[in-house]
Order: sequence, then C-alpha cells, then structure tokens
Amino acid sequence: MRVVSALLAGLVFGLGLTMSGMINPAKIIAFLDVTGAWDPSLLVVMASALTVSFAGYRIVLARGKPAFEPSFQLPTKTVIDRPLLVGSALFGVGWGLAGLCPGPAISAAALGSPSIYAFLAAMLAGMAIKDFLPARRAA
Amino acid sequence: MPEITGFTPGPAAAGGALIGLAAVLFMALNGRIAGVSGVVAGVMAPLRGEGRADLPWRLAFIIGLFLAPLAAGLALGRPVEITAPHPLWMMALGGLLVGYGTRLGSGCTSGHGVCGIARLSKRSFAATAMFMASAILTVFILHRLFGV
Repeated sequence: MRVVSALLAGLVFGLGLTMSGMINPAKIIAFLDVTGAWDPSLLVVMASALTVSFAGYRIVLARGKPAFEPSFQLPTKTVIDRPLLVGSALFGVGWGLAGLCPGPAISAAALGSPSIYAFLAAMLAGMAIKDFLPARRAA
Repeated sequence: MPEITGFTPGPAAAGGALIGLAAVLFMALNGRIAGVSGVVAGVMAPLRGEGRADLPWRLAFIIGLFLAPLAAGLALGRPVEITAPHPLWMMALGGLLVGYGTRLGSGCTSGHGVCGIARLSKRSFAATAMFMASAILTVFILHRLFGV
C-alpha cells in the first residue's frame, strides 16, 4: 500500500508543479530575477502550498500514526549548523543557474530535453559525491 | 518597484494547493516529509547497503512526479511546454550544485520550503532564506554583470 500511496503523492505533487508552471526553468528564473521582469508566481505557489500543508500537518500529526507505516519519520535535528547553511547556499546557486530544483527536474524530464537530462545526471552525480565519498572531516 | 510580468496567480494558487495536498497525503499515509532531494538520493542508498526496503516507494514517488506532466498533457489535449533558457553547461553545473548542496543542506525547496516551514522548523526557515537569497543573488549577477 505504501508504494501505491507514494505513487499517488508523487503524482499529485507533480500535477501541482505542472499546473503552477514550476517545472518551467524560464518561470523560476523570472521569479528569481527580482530586479528585472519579475514574475512573483512562485511566492503564490509557496503561500498556497504552505497554507494547505500547515493546516493538514496539524490534523495528520495529531492522529498519532500514519496509515501505512508504524510511525512518523520526522527530522530530529534542530541546530542551524554550517552544513545546513553552506549546503543551502550552494543549492541556491545551482537553482539560479539552471532554474530547476529536484522535484521539477524529474517532472520536466518527462517532457524530454537534453538540458534537463544534463541537469538530472549532474544532480545525481552531485548527490553521490556528497553521499558516497568519505567526508574529509566530521561536520 | 520591479516590473511585474508573466504573473499567473490563479494557476499558481491552485498548483500550490495541490503541492500542499501531496505533502499532507504523504505524511498521513507514509508518515514522511515529501522532500524530493531526499527521496531521489535514497534511490542510490542501496548501492552503499542502506535503505533497500525503502526503494520501491521511493521509485513510486519519482514515477508519480515523472508521469504528472504527461497526464496533464493528456488532460489538456496538448503537451505541456517548458523553456530552459540557458546552455547545457550551465544546466549541468547547476545540477551538480543542486545535488551536492541539497544533500549537504539536508533538503530542497520541497523538504525545507514546503514541508519544513509547515512544521515550523527553524532549520527549514534558515535553509529556505539561504537558498532563496543565494539563488536571487546568482540570477542578479548573471543578468546584470554577464547579461545572461
């Protein structure tokens, strides 16, 4: 069941990204270009998504456990540390360069374009560099 | 004041609501944060002997994301169109930084920006402020200094 529900969640997520135009790199770059021809759509997308997720999480988490798993798997870290900030800063540079982040990149790949494939392949490589190469020092 | 162009508040609000709904569904059913960078990186985890049992649902979530624009195209009766305005090398460099940065920073726009902020996570507020600022600065530098 959890495979079916994951497929459903991914599909609904992707439909939201598609409908809002967030799988379009040109639209993301227009949002980030605040001193140019600015397109504030992404702000509306985030506000709307957060309204639903904020209210929905309150209801769901109050129920004590998810439908198809024994317990909720929530992040436990609370400290704002260097890896969080440095990683997010690097992510932002990449997001600005390409106009894509991980979710939209997967959806956009379905529409087929060499530049999307290049982004995805490099993204997987970047993840593997972090996850598979031994860290030089403990964070 | 910036010049506002291409603003599509209606589809943005409707699409955003679907994104929020997907996050809530995933929490209610699977008990997890709908963070795409974590789900994607998790697909490679079995190569280092971790998370084998989670592989099927991770792949299913990714297949759902992938199918969505195709389903939308069928429903609309015309393919969804997108434009990637930058050359291949910029897309590849961007991808590399997105991949590395989201792993180091424990999340991306979905995990931090939508799910984390909805949980009022301080880390997610900080991460979202940081990647928004650095992305805006990156585009500013590209456009203003390099004319890209």
